[in-house]
Amino acid sequence: MDVSIAINGEQVSREVEPRQLLVHFIRETPGLTGTHWGCDTSNCGACVVLMDGAPVKSCTILAAMCEGHEIRTVESLEVDGRLDPVQMGFHERHALQCGFCTPGMLMTARALLDENPDPTEHEIRTAISGAICRCTGYKNIVSAVRWAAEYEAAAKQGV
Amino acid sequence: MQTPAAFEYERATSVEGALASLQRLGPEARVIAGGHSLLPMMKLRLANPAHLIDINDLKELSYIREEGGELRIGALTRHVDLLKSELLFRHAPLFRDAEQVIADPVVRNRGTIGGSLCQADAAEDLSAVCSAIKAKAVIRGAGGERVVAMHDFHVGPYMTAVGGGELLTEVRVPLRPYGGSAHEKVERRAGDWAIAAASVAVWMEGSRIAEAGIALSAVGLTTIHLSRAEELLRGKAPSDELFTEAGAIASADCSPSADGRGPVDYKRHLAGVLTKRALLRATARALHQEV
Amino acid sequence: MAIDVENLPSKTEERPIGFGRLKRKEDARFIRGKGTYLDDIRLPGMVYGALLRSPYAHARIVSIDTSKALAHPNVAAVVTAKDLETLGLAWMPTISYDTQAVLAGDKVRFQGQEVAFVIATDEYSANDALQLIDVEYEPLPAIVNARKALDPDAPLIRDDKTGQRDNLASPTWEAGDQAATDRVFAEADTIVSRDIIYPRCHPAPLETCGIIADFNPETGQLDIYNGNQAPHAHRTVYAHVAGLAEHMIRIRCSDIGGGFGNKVPVYPGYVCAIAGSIVAGVPVKWVENRTENLVSTGFARDYIMRGEICSKGGKITGLRVDVLADHGAFDSTAQPTKFPAGFFHIVCGSYDLEASHVQVKAVYTNKAPGGVAYRCSFRITEAVYLVERMVDALALEMGVDPIELRMRSFIGPEQFPYETTTGWTYDSGNYAETMRVAMDIAGYEDLRREQAEKRARGELMGIGVTFFTEGVGAGPRKHMDILGLAMNDGADLRVHPSGKAVVSISAQTQGQGHETTFAQIVAEELGIPPEDVEVRHGDTDKSPYGLGTYGSRSTPVSGAAVAVVSRKVRDKARLIAATMLETRPEDLAWEKGRWYVKGDPEKGALIEEIAARAYSGEAMPAELEGGLDAQVIYDPPNLTYPYGAYIAVVDIDRDTGHVTVRRFIAVDDCGVRINPMIVDGQIHGGLAEGVGIALMELISFDAEGNCLNSSFMDYLIPTALECPDFELGETVTPCPHHPLGAKGVGESPNVGSPPAIVNAVIDALYETHGVDHIDMPCTPARVWAAMQGRAEPPQ
Repeated sequence: MDVSIAINGEQVSREVEPRQLLVHFIRETPGLTGTHWGCDTSNCGACVVLMDGAPVKSCTILAAMCEGHEIRTVESLEVDGRLDPVQMGFHERHALQCGFCTPGMLMTARALLDENPDPTEHEIRTAISGAICRCTGYKNIVSAVRWAAEYEAAAKQGV
Repeated sequence: MQTPAAFEYERATSVEGALASLQRLGPEARVIAGGHSLLPMMKLRLANPAHLIDINDLKELSYIREEGGELRIGALTRHVDLLKSELLFRHAPLFRDAEQVIADPVVRNRGTIGGSLCQADAAEDLSAVCSAIKAKAVIRGAGGERVVAMHDFHVGPYMTAVGGGELLTEVRVPLRPYGGSAHEKVERRAGDWAIAAASVAVWMEGSRIAEAGIALSAVGLTTIHLSRAEELLRGKAPSDELFTEAGAIASADCSPSADGRGPVDYKRHLAGVLTKRALLRATARALHQEV
Repeated sequence: MAIDVENLPSKTEERPIGFGRLKRKEDARFIRGKGTYLDDIRLPGMVYGALLRSPYAHARIVSIDTSKALAHPNVAAVVTAKDLETLGLAWMPTISYDTQAVLAGDKVRFQGQEVAFVIATDEYSANDALQLIDVEYEPLPAIVNARKALDPDAPLIRDDKTGQRDNLASPTWEAGDQAATDRVFAEADTIVSRDIIYPRCHPAPLETCGIIADFNPETGQLDIYNGNQAPHAHRTVYAHVAGLAEHMIRIRCSDIGGGFGNKVPVYPGYVCAIAGSIVAGVPVKWVENRTENLVSTGFARDYIMRGEICSKGGKITGLRVDVLADHGAFDSTAQPTKFPAGFFHIVCGSYDLEASHVQVKAVYTNKAPGGVAYRCSFRITEAVYLVERMVDALALEMGVDPIELRMRSFIGPEQFPYETTTGWTYDSGNYAETMRVAMDIAGYEDLRREQAEKRARGELMGIGVTFFTEGVGAGPRKHMDILGLAMNDGADLRVHPSGKAVVSISAQTQGQGHETTFAQIVAEELGIPPEDVEVRHGDTDKSPYGLGTYGSRSTPVSGAAVAVVSRKVRDKARLIAATMLETRPEDLAWEKGRWYVKGDPEKGALIEEIAARAYSGEAMPAELEGGLDAQVIYDPPNLTYPYGAYIAVVDIDRDTGHVTVRRFIAVDDCGVRINPMIVDGQIHGGLAEGVGIALMELISFDAEGNCLNSSFMDYLIPTALECPDFELGETVTPCPHHPLGAKGVGESPNVGSPPAIVNAVIDALYETHGVDHIDMPCTPARVWAAMQGRAEPPQ
């Protein structure tokens, strides 16, 4: 069947089987291998993207289900050469090591701050509890999200 | 990654259309909403439907509203909306208790109450919640609508009262004054299935419990409805001893199996502990005494 | 803390040239989702492989019918053992000098074992094709309990091995002095014994294993893309196995989404993909799914241990350990040849023992092969777990505070270098100081007070302590080899005419930050800013031979190699500078980035000026060749011995047995720290893994050998909600033999954290419930059972 999905603001259209998962649809789009997968049972969160602004596990959604919805992947965070504050925060606070969980964590963080600009440590840990990181022990990821929150708050004041 | 077998796919544009497709395609067709129960099973090739009917566009099935002395929840309402709903929290706080520990926040953006109830895994928290709160399920088919009590909705493991060609469309929660509710769960790790969970609702008359609803997750082939414990509590004043006795009934009346989450004796023990905890919290909420 | 967005720290803070907190160079691609992991790579004409695996733990293969699969329109080939036999590839050697079936021919020997390899046009079709292969099995009784593996009536698992009459995988190996140990125990005041299990768990990196094999039939070149921790070693194995010349094989490591020892072995899927590509002449990609990763790739631990410890005069004096190791169906443990139990005999620990004795034997069982993985430092995780549990058990028996007993028994700082009773020479240490720092950060006295108050109220709180010494950076060529290959690492450093440099290393990062830290070493030694030092690794064509990254080798071995090669370059630079400055080399002094004349500091030559000179046509010292580069293969003189003091604080729900790790204090001494930010990150990650191992990670089997933890639904890994906000401290006691004084730290947190947490659980439960031992994982059910006096080892 023909499937056409808005990914990062652009229509991506392909003929796929109904069973094609969103994560594969994304990864087979040129330049969009930033969304990863790490399990078979919707547990690890490496595949998290935003669907209409909310984090979802793209391994557990059919591409066909996404027509008419907006998908955002990690590749959409940097705009015109400017990094998103969550990306800056992860770099500043050493919140990534192997980088495999990072896109999912970044998108989760982006959605969290969009909804809750001043999250507590517990709120951050809860928000990322749907994703596994094997490398960082989460401490620096929490710190990075707080950094981004403070950065955005300061930027807003400056306006 | 493991991938599902091939199937045909269509998108329903109306409830009637979904029902018509279900009728037409027969038992080889499954409805898919959030998909977070069905798709993992399909990837592991434990479920291989030939047809999927996507009902995610049926926005008319996603709502939480007060109507006719009830809270009415559309079957397509996502877990995240159940979690956030102040209306729901005000009348039935056990929903929020449960939602905080159902799966994880990302899965909750997609999973629906309809999907959870129809999956009918004995460990589903919402099944116990709906049973305790004495909810009713509205099932629509070609012949019209019928309303089924939660106790009759869960027929067996992975089996519900929803028949071929039918759809669960709504869950109705009765509104009664002087009520309190709570859901208590123990899990090995955040996001895991319950080792055991207890849902409790109480409705007070003065200082006594007029009515109680108690249900358990993960300690039987399906949701355990503790009618004997409810009977015990009717008309009684809340007390630690009373709740301990209710807990003992919970331990005795459930039928857990041993698995990776725990052996039988531990699960029975948890059933008792969590029933008592949920009773304490539900009663405190009913009496506006929650700390 | 308000952030000044115009003056971000990254713009204004000091960017160290050399050691210090430097943000990572590799982040740039990862935060943009532009890493290149194995499954991201697509080659023209590439096809996809998938493996059919055995549902039985032990069964004879009666027949394999591949006809239906071959009839699938998208299937190109189905490979079985028979096909591989014609290529001589049905069996492959393992790192432990055993053999492992690439595809099962006669029998399957563990659930999940590889039986057939399908090659199809796409991943979905390959998975479909697996369903179309019919295998008839004749199930056989399975050995799932290692303790039964040597029973006289136990079924023979390795009937493929000539002369194998039982399920012994590795005969008893000993270290220490049995007679001396017996004497010490005979004279002891207090003796305690415990049966202690380190259950089977799994490194489970977030990215599973995979490969792309691309054989070019015209040129005879085999190109391999693979995330693996030891690319040169793999190339040597493939050359041997495939009968190709080594220089005709090129392995390029993709970005690796976590290794933790899981990506050290050569797996059957790799060999199948290579065979497929050689036969088909197109690139073949094989990427395993998560179930395959958990049931078939290198697991970790599975040591059944009996420990005995004794004291005299209030000090620990002796230790005896007997181990039964479960190696699974094939012996593919990875460790230096002369050490079949890895470095387990460091179990003598951080204590000035009078004697110790260790014996380890290993058996085959009908389970996946492996054992050495998951940041274990070659079995040091098992050793430290044993000794630190035993020390706590002894403290309980003696009625002494667990820290007090350790302090009394520590090797003293004046005793280094210290020869242990099992033959190790610890390099440097000041254990008591590190222990005190941990106590300070934890507020140990306050914690004990809080515990007493809580206990009075019926609340369960535990404080657990561990002090570990481990040995990393294998290792000296006179003692250590793997498959006959010396455990040395190389470094090539080339300074270009511009003064910028490229350093090529044998180590292989899987997230440890090598692209930054190794640039920092060159920066520290030569004064070239890290952003001007390109670190090359992972390409066997472009990096020097070495045995790769595991056992925390990167800093002690590759790091040393880079330091030494940088100094060689610096020495050459000195000679060139002397010519430039028209003076003698001995009249020059060095400050970072510059040789200058001792009596006349204004007169000097910057490293970039020296580099330009080295390539120019101008006069050079007579004895030197042009260019500014050097090569080194580093043979470490010894292991390095990082150590640490860890304190865990747990709260246990009295009615449910649920354990919460409320606090975790870790004070590590890994010698000199190249990049403290990266060191801390490594520790955080290892501590989280320790929380997982202590509380929830387990690979278990039922009586038929079915694996019960074959997905992330049942193999539980901690989320951010289970991990506390780790509190880190440090002491720095340099390594005397390492060029930088650094020791390495990658595995220390896995070594030290599980016993700290288990000790804490027991500390919470001993007084109220009499629990003096519990095995991991401390799930709520298992803790509750212990509280009822019914603690049992895990299945």
